[in-house]
Amino acid sequence: MIMKKNRLSLRSTLTAAALVLGSMTIAFSLVSCGGGSTGGGDSTTGSSDALLGAGSSFDYILFSKQFDQYNQANGLKVNYQSVGSGAGISQLTNKTVDFGASDAVMNGKQDSALSSPAIHIPVTAGAVALSYNLPGVKDTLNLTPDIIAGMYLGTITKWNDPKIAAANKGVKLPATAILIAHRSDGSGTTNIFTTYLAKVSPDWNTKVGKGSAVNWPTGIGGKGSEGVSGTVKGTEGAIGYVEMSYAIQNKIPFARVQNKAGAFITPTIASVTAAANVSIPPDSKVSLTNTDAPDGYPISGFSWVIIYKEQNYNGRSLDRATKLLKLLSWMIHDGQQYSAALNYAPLSPAAVNVGDAILKTATYDGKPILP
Amino acid sequence: MDTSSVKNSAITRSELPLRVINSTPEAIAKAKSRVRRSFRQIRTETVFRQSLIIMGGFMVVLVLGILLTLIVKSVPSIKSLGIKYLWSGTWDPVHDIYGAAPFLVGTLVTSFLALIISIPFSLAVAIFLGEYYPKGWLPNFLKNAVELIAAVPSVIYGFWAVAVLVPIVRSLETHLGARQPIGNGILASSLILAVMVIPYAASLGRSMIQLTPSVLKEAAYGLGATRWEVIRSVILPYTKSGLFAGILLSLGRALGETMAVTMVIGNTSKMPSSIFDLGNTMASVIANEFVEADKPVYVSALMELGLVLFLVTVVINMIGKKIIDRFTND
Repeated sequence: MIMKKNRLSLRSTLTAAALVLGSMTIAFSLVSCGGGSTGGGDSTTGSSDALLGAGSSFDYILFSKQFDQYNQANGLKVNYQSVGSGAGISQLTNKTVDFGASDAVMNGKQDSALSSPAIHIPVTAGAVALSYNLPGVKDTLNLTPDIIAGMYLGTITKWNDPKIAAANKGVKLPATAILIAHRSDGSGTTNIFTTYLAKVSPDWNTKVGKGSAVNWPTGIGGKGSEGVSGTVKGTEGAIGYVEMSYAIQNKIPFARVQNKAGAFITPTIASVTAAANVSIPPDSKVSLTNTDAPDGYPISGFSWVIIYKEQNYNGRSLDRATKLLKLLSWMIHDGQQYSAALNYAPLSPAAVNVGDAILKTATYDGKPILP
Repeated sequence: MDTSSVKNSAITRSELPLRVINSTPEAIAKAKSRVRRSFRQIRTETVFRQSLIIMGGFMVVLVLGILLTLIVKSVPSIKSLGIKYLWSGTWDPVHDIYGAAPFLVGTLVTSFLALIISIPFSLAVAIFLGEYYPKGWLPNFLKNAVELIAAVPSVIYGFWAVAVLVPIVRSLETHLGARQPIGNGILASSLILAVMVIPYAASLGRSMIQLTPSVLKEAAYGLGATRWEVIRSVILPYTKSGLFAGILLSLGRALGETMAVTMVIGNTSKMPSSIFDLGNTMASVIANEFVEADKPVYVSALMELGLVLFLVTVVINMIGKKIIDRFTND
C-alpha cells in the first residue's frame, strides 16, 4: 500500500512536472510568438526599410549618431555592426550587408574576391596620435618622421638621443630608455600608422611594411587603444600610438609631429581635416599620411564606406539602392556636422566633392541612381 | 468487479503467467497492470538509453567537426608554408611569412611554468581541506573561496594582473637588474595563470583525498604512523592518479587561456629567451589578429595556429592519460 501510495505520489509529481513544463513551453511559445509577431512586423518592414552595414569599429560612434539623426529625420533605420574593417569587407563580399566600412582601402586579394567592382566613399577622417610618458618633461615634444621611424625600428633607444634633442631645443631630455608600445590586435589605426612609417622611412618600408598587423621589430603589444595607453601610462619612458579621438577623450598628452612642409603639427580635428584638403584622386583611394597640406597633421587617414558599384544584385530593389545612396550622400554632407563634437575630423571640401562624384557612378541596371 | 474492465487488446493472454490465467478476474487485472507497467519500464529504459547514445554521439561529432573544420580551413596555409610553419620564428603578415614557433613556445612555457608554480598551492589546499580540516566554518569558507577563483571571469584576472601583478614583477625585475624592466611578459602571465588554475587541481584533489578509505588510514595510525607519514605513505599513493588528473585539468585550462594572458604577456612575435622576456601565446595571437586578418593565407595561418593548439592539447591529454594509467597499474 505504502509502495503504491509512493508510486502514486511519484506519478503525480511527474504529471505535475510535465504540466509545469508543458505550460512553460506554451507560455514561452506564446511569448516568442508575441515577440515574433511584433518583431516580425519590424523585420518585414525592416527587410525593406532597415539598411545593414558592418565594419570599422573606429566609425562606430560617429555612425551611431548619424544613423540616429537620419532615422529621426527620414524614418530610415540603419543597423551597423562594429565588427572590424576586415570582417566588414568580408560581409560585403558575402552580400550579407548593404555597405561595409573600412579604415583601409581594399587590397588586391579582397578586391578579387568580390563578384563585381566596389566603390569607396570617404565618410570621415581620423588620425593617429603619439602619446608618451616622460614625467620630467613639461613641454610638448616635437617628433620628426626620422625620430618616429628610428624609435619604432629600435635604432633610437634613449630619450636623450641627439636626434630627439635636435628637434626639441631647450627641453631637458632624460636618459630613460624608450619603450615602444604598439597595438597587438589588427587595426585600422595600425594600418594608418604603418602606412605613414612606410612612406617616410625607406628602411621601414623594406624591413616591416604596412598593414593592419605587422611584424614589429621592437616593443610591447597592447590590446586596443586602451591596452596601448595603459602601457604608456604605466611605464616611464614609454611611447605608443593611439587613435586621436581616444587620446583627446581620455586627455592623454601627445606629441607634435613634423609634416611634409616642415611644420610641427598638433593632432586636432582641424589639422586632420586640413591634411585631407589636398587633391584627391577620383576613386578617393588615397592615404592621407604625409600629405602636402602645409598645416595638415601627417598621420591621418580616411575611413571609407564601401558598396557595390552595380546595386542590382541578390534581388535588391531599386528603392533600397536609392535609399542607400541617399543615406551616403547625406552622411558626407549634412551628416558631417556631428563629427567635430565626437572628435572625428569632418571631411574636407575636396573630399566631399570627390565623394559626390563617386556616389554618382553607382548604378542600378546600368543606370545612375542619383541624379 | 466486472470482467469487461479486464479486457485489454494491448495485452494478450499469452503474456500473462500461466498460473494467473485461470484465476479470478481481480488477479488477472492485477497481473495485467503489472505487465503493462513493466512494458512501460522497458520502454523508458530504451528511450533513456537511446537519448544517452544520441547525446554522447553528438559530442563526438562536435569534436570531430571542429577538428575537420580546422584542418580544412588551414589547408591553404599548409600548402603555401609547409611543415616549416612549426619551427619558423617569423610571423610577418605583411610579407605573408608565418611561423608559429614563438607562440608554440610561449604557450608551452607559460602553461608549464604556471603549473609548476600552482602545484604546491593546490596540493596544500587539497590536503588541508581533504585531510586536516574537512569540516567547520573556516575550511568551508576556504573551499568556497578556492572554488570562487574558478568562477571569476578571466578578463578580471587580466585587469588585476595589469594593475597589481605587473608593477610587482616590474620592481622584481628592477631588483634583479633587468635591462629594461617592463613587468609584462612570460613571468607575469605564468603567475596570473597559476592563480587561475589552482582551483581545478585543488577541488579534484580534495575530493580524491576524502575518498581514501578510513580503514587504510586507521591501520597506518594503528601501526604508529604520524600524520605526515599517513599523508605521504597512504593518502598520496592512494590518490595520485586523481591528483594527477586534477593537474592535467589545470594544464588544459592554462593552455587555452586567452584574455588574461593577452593583457599581460606583451604580445610580441619574437622568440622569448628568458622568463622576463615578452612573448605571445597561440590563443592570444588568434584572438588579437583574427578579426582584421585581411588575406586568405593570413586567415588560414591563424586557423592552422588553432589546429596546432588543438593538437597540442590532445597530445598532452593523451600523455597525461598514459601517465595516470601507469600510476594506477603500479
